Amino acid sequence: MTAAPPRLLRPVAAIGERAVAIVEALGRFGSFLGHAAALVVTPPFKLRAFVDRIHYVGFNSLLIVLLTGAFTGMVLGLQVYFTLSRFGSEAYLGPAVALSLIRELGPVLCALMVTGRAGSALTAEIGIMRITEQIDALTVMALNPMRYLVVPSILAGIVTFPLLTALFDVVGIFGGYLVGVQLLGLSAGTYFGEMQTFVDLNDVMMGFWKSLSFGVIVMWVATYKGFHVGHGAEGVARATTQSVVLSSVLILVWDYFLGSVLQ
Amino acid sequence: MIRAEGLTKTFGANRVLRALDFEAPKGSITIIIGRSGGGKSVFLKHLIGLMRPDAGHVSIDGVDITDLGGRELEAVRRRYGVVFQSGALFDSLTCWENVAFPLRETTRASRTEIRTRVAAALEQVELAGVGPKYPAEISGGMRKRVAIARALVSEPEIIFFDEPTTGLDPVLVNTIHRLIRGLHERHRFTAVMVSHEIPEIFEIADRVAMLHEGRIVEAGPPEAMQASTNPVVRKFINGEPD
Repeated sequence: MTAAPPRLLRPVAAIGERAVAIVEALGRFGSFLGHAAALVVTPPFKLRAFVDRIHYVGFNSLLIVLLTGAFTGMVLGLQVYFTLSRFGSEAYLGPAVALSLIRELGPVLCALMVTGRAGSALTAEIGIMRITEQIDALTVMALNPMRYLVVPSILAGIVTFPLLTALFDVVGIFGGYLVGVQLLGLSAGTYFGEMQTFVDLNDVMMGFWKSLSFGVIVMWVATYKGFHVGHGAEGVARATTQSVVLSSVLILVWDYFLGSVLQ
Repeated sequence: MIRAEGLTKTFGANRVLRALDFEAPKGSITIIIGRSGGGKSVFLKHLIGLMRPDAGHVSIDGVDITDLGGRELEAVRRRYGVVFQSGALFDSLTCWENVAFPLRETTRASRTEIRTRVAAALEQVELAGVGPKYPAEISGGMRKRVAIARALVSEPEIIFFDEPTTGLDPVLVNTIHRLIRGLHERHRFTAVMVSHEIPEIFEIADRVAMLHEGRIVEAGPPEAMQASTNPVVRKFINGEPD
């Protein structure tokens, strides 16, 4: 046991202890993903758990993703049309909506929606399993709980996030079409024709890499927070909130970083 | 034989286990008694290998499990079953699937064999009809019995029970105790149980150990413990307030 520091140095010691705690937490957070990554490539593979997670994360998020995608596209169509009309450039509505959605808004908004719906639920589910000793039960059966709970979730994130994002983009572009073409009178040929001219594979790939990495981030944070939940219902509630907040912040930070690198 | 030597565990400033020594002979039912918050569940988690001590050792049949990890620890864990205080049944699976789970995941048993063994395990805990129900649909006593069936189904050499009767009415307490005794006579596993149920545990225990302030203060056959002159043991057995 270490001796207590002199009174004058206590604030410094407190800052030091806090810094060490943060570094330790970051280390645990990183090694958690490392452990999961190692289990991804080593058998046995839990196919049923993987399919269950795809349903849980992907299929169950479909409605909210389609709904937000449609309205995002419609809002974009409306706002961008009026902005472009000031310069007499309404013809570029199609590419403006498509590029905004494919490169930026699709992956980010879709990830934020899935974080709110599936990420929070996943943290709560794993957190409850932790406090009701179900995770300990797996461990004492000589089974690795990470293989059953974390690996299928991360793989499901990798598979479902790009697919959900693609749907978000398509529905969003159609929402922009409804407003720009059907409501405001732009020709359909102009809307889609200009889109074909300006949107290329690099834009699609940027959206793809973003959504794929968001899938890993959201599932990583959700499962980590569930695994390291505090005590009782309050602990689960706190972990769920932290999971949503941390995922959202990491999505936005990573979006900027990846956007800069893939530019 | 399960043995703990000099087991010490500290959480922050709270020293929960203080150089604790303990023995559970092979094939016997050893029951650990002690006051709430006295470290019994923490001690049990050390025996199971869910926690690592700050100092001391835990050995099972001469194999020191304290520093084991990975596949070596998994090999030891395959030899035992655990009944948790809450039952720890997987709430997304039916009772039948819960009992079948260890067989499906840790053995190469065929579907027919799994079906036979799960049916037999549920039969032994007198719950043959609850297989299709989910844990949330059955009573607390039934959940404990399903948990016992799950621990029993892989025919372990050792079973750890963490307060298997907590929160149950006296009739159910006796039912569970009789069940454990009956299963023990049939299967002759080594059992280590944490319990508060005084005096009921004296009827099923081969050996009782009293844990107080992080140490085993006295251990022996039930008759010897009931006749103990140790004031801590006497006070606990008689339920005398502080």
